[in-house]
Amino acid sequence: MKRSSRDAAMNVSRRRFVQSLGAGTGACSLGLFSPRLFAADIGTTSPRTPALLSGTDFDLTIGNMPADFTGRMRPAVSVNGSIPGPTLRWREGTSVTLRVHNHLPVTSSIHWHGIILPFQMDGVPGISYPGIAAGDTFTARFQVKQSGTYWYHGHSHFQEQTGLYGAIIIDPAKPDPIGVDRDYVVMLNDWTDEDPDGLYAHLKKVSNYYNYGEPTMQDFIADASRQGVSHALASRRMWNQMRMSPRDLVDVTGATYTYLMNGNGPAGNWTALFRPGERVRLRFINGSSNSFFDVRIPGLNLSVIAADGQNVDPVEVDEFRIGTAEVYDVIVQPREDRAYTIFAQSMSRDGYARGTLAPRAGMQAEVPNLDPLPTIAMVDMMGSMAQGGGMSGMRNMTHGGDMHTGQHEPTDDTGMVGMPEVHHARTEYGPNVDMRVDMPRTNLDDPGIGLRDNGRRVLTYADLHTIGGSLYEHEPVGREIELHLTGNMERFIWGFDGLKFSQAKPVHFRYGEHLRLVLVNDTMMTHPIHLHGMWSELESPAQKFQVRKHTICVQPAQRVTYRVLADALGRWAYHCHLLYHMEAGMFREVVVS
Amino acid sequence: MSMNLCKKSMVFVAVSAAAMVPVPLQAQDTMQGMDMPAMQQPPQQTTGGWQRLDIGPQIGERPVVRGLGLQPMAVDAMPGMPPMQGGRAPPDARRPDYSDGVDYGSMTGMDMADDKPLGMLQFDRLEYFNGRAASGVSLDAQAWYGTDENRLWLKAEGEHSGERLQDLRTEVLWDRPVAAYWDTQLGVRHDFGVGPDRTWAAFGVQGLAPYWFDVAATAYVGQSSRTALRFEAQYELPLTQRLILQPRIEANLYGRDDPQRDIGAGLSDAELGVRLRYEITRQFAPYVGVDFTRRFGKTADFVRAAGEPVYKPQLVAGAHIWF
Repeated sequence: MKRSSRDAAMNVSRRRFVQSLGAGTGACSLGLFSPRLFAADIGTTSPRTPALLSGTDFDLTIGNMPADFTGRMRPAVSVNGSIPGPTLRWREGTSVTLRVHNHLPVTSSIHWHGIILPFQMDGVPGISYPGIAAGDTFTARFQVKQSGTYWYHGHSHFQEQTGLYGAIIIDPAKPDPIGVDRDYVVMLNDWTDEDPDGLYAHLKKVSNYYNYGEPTMQDFIADASRQGVSHALASRRMWNQMRMSPRDLVDVTGATYTYLMNGNGPAGNWTALFRPGERVRLRFINGSSNSFFDVRIPGLNLSVIAADGQNVDPVEVDEFRIGTAEVYDVIVQPREDRAYTIFAQSMSRDGYARGTLAPRAGMQAEVPNLDPLPTIAMVDMMGSMAQGGGMSGMRNMTHGGDMHTGQHEPTDDTGMVGMPEVHHARTEYGPNVDMRVDMPRTNLDDPGIGLRDNGRRVLTYADLHTIGGSLYEHEPVGREIELHLTGNMERFIWGFDGLKFSQAKPVHFRYGEHLRLVLVNDTMMTHPIHLHGMWSELESPAQKFQVRKHTICVQPAQRVTYRVLADALGRWAYHCHLLYHMEAGMFREVVVS
Repeated sequence: MSMNLCKKSMVFVAVSAAAMVPVPLQAQDTMQGMDMPAMQQPPQQTTGGWQRLDIGPQIGERPVVRGLGLQPMAVDAMPGMPPMQGGRAPPDARRPDYSDGVDYGSMTGMDMADDKPLGMLQFDRLEYFNGRAASGVSLDAQAWYGTDENRLWLKAEGEHSGERLQDLRTEVLWDRPVAAYWDTQLGVRHDFGVGPDRTWAAFGVQGLAPYWFDVAATAYVGQSSRTALRFEAQYELPLTQRLILQPRIEANLYGRDDPQRDIGAGLSDAELGVRLRYEITRQFAPYVGVDFTRRFGKTADFVRAAGEPVYKPQLVAGAHIWF
């Protein structure tokens, strides 16, 4: 499947090469802090690696800036004149002061994603504060109570899409148990030359506007010749009857997006340096607005050591999917004196962000080709029904226990997991909802669409175990709040329980309660769900603590549960982190009182 | 949770699991001889060829995939399962309200797009036609403005030939969604063109029928107890990602004669067209096609009397454009 990098490079047209080169030609970085760094190495930091600001006192200026990621100069929004904005390095236990100056002609905001803080500091206009008016300054001041990798981004309308984002690194108060020689942020983003308001309007008018992978007559002929006409027709019947496309993977694709790594297009080749044998920490942040990335570094084992800033028992994988707003810290140990490609292809297989790990600047390695365009599987629409029923025993009987989605059925004390009951809301029967799943799957060991059985070890949520377990193990779990992720893909309406934000009431958490959120995905898309202000402690299907996160991706036709300790008084945002889903209604206000 | 299964759901599981049995068996049958062990993931049917991305600013190549490799499964193959779409909420459906009476605060600055009005102007067909009897220009355009819940629609369809406006139907409608894929439209219609103008009250449904048929059916009531029915359906068949074949039918029925406008009671006319468009962009797609119009009954008599053909085959060329 792979071809040589020379072939790949030859096929890159000159125009495209120039386009995605951007300003950061040969960009390379020496890392945030390199204990073994030699003086001679300093000074080669590229203009396209964001600056690093450390300490407790920060001035961040949001401003308009022309940016060129595609060969066209386009208006963008930057922080301190760069995209991404500067990386902020804090220390656990300190108090930080962040003066955010808004030099835009419109209201702006910065949200500190995944940070536990007082709600007034959280940076969501309309919930935490009115936003930062044009020309004004907002000062956020709070205690840093955690460590790990996080990020910040605009929460005003579509400003995030236009460049308003950056990384946050928090050093632990005690010496970091994770010893590394090099440490780099790898921020992944999606850039569009379009005005995001126009992009949103396109989706509202023609929801498959950016989908150039729709099933065609050619596909039908191929299936018919291989499987027979009746089989080809029958296999399309349900999809067409439901007016849904088995290729509706994401809403916004490479038809408009250029995928960036630390602000560099694929040809810009952001580069991180290492000496063979060194342990290199890569802090992957999906700071995109509407993209999922599948990340791998051919030739290297990825040891995943943290998820959403929280340390996990190390997991060795070849590849991981990082949902919008998710964060994974990975350690690699390149031993050879050669370059390695950091390859992050979009879930819809229409482009990639790419960088290089290299012993010297200016090197590059083979860039893999994209994987084939996947088709949505039945399990993504029918949930456990397509897994052969809701009970593990049934599954094993019908499929010999060797499930393609990697089913290793978790069991509770009785040795069997029953199918959870699903309660559709009464508001899920209207125009805002195009499908409901009655038998969702609950297993966490599915890497997701396009990654199943690709011959590589791919990370799943079932692999993630937060070191130290739950923060609230001693607190009994009280009530459950069940919410369904819903949408109408044709109308491009998204919501919870069939209600858009503008139609819904706030969700009330009683102060101090330890509750279980039950999310059922009644759509065919994966939704990264982010609760502000409080941790989301994901549970296994048997309701054992699994991993602590700030953003939880719920796969199509999947049911997940997680615990939340409502210990943060105030008003918080709760939403799908796909920007266009959020703006189209998949958003709630949570009130803790 | 697993121990909390109530009786009802146990029955539910048993029924649906039993109903599932034939499906995996069938799937296993069809999977024999393939490398893939189970039914969930269709095998990727790569051709060995490579496709350079050509849709946007991105670079890269991916394997050419032909076919979807889907397995048959029907929604209605599961007796006892509630439908996945539509339907009515059961009386015991969950309440979506978790507010405990807590309301939104007084904070200003919320700026979400979910209730913002949008507008669209679409020339579905803007074309030159050429037939044995006449040639000219015809138009089928719609515009809307509003939110997801309430939209104002304007429609215009007509043709200009022989140096005059032959016919122009215009409508102003209030559109409301009533189901996932269906809207109702209520408003007025005004007809211009040959003969005296006519005005009607209009009520219709418009939407996407199963199997992706775009459908609109509208009933009209006019002055002097005139009534009319209009039906339109079209389908989009993507030959490639950009080359789309669009068959379309349209029929008009009238409750009583209107000789001044050459209209007879009953099925008055039907039109069948096939257009092949190429989407240079989503918003600009030139096309060529053929269009056949046939008049029936008394309408045909009026048309014949006027010396015009009852059956009009035409070649068309135009563009599908929207903003």
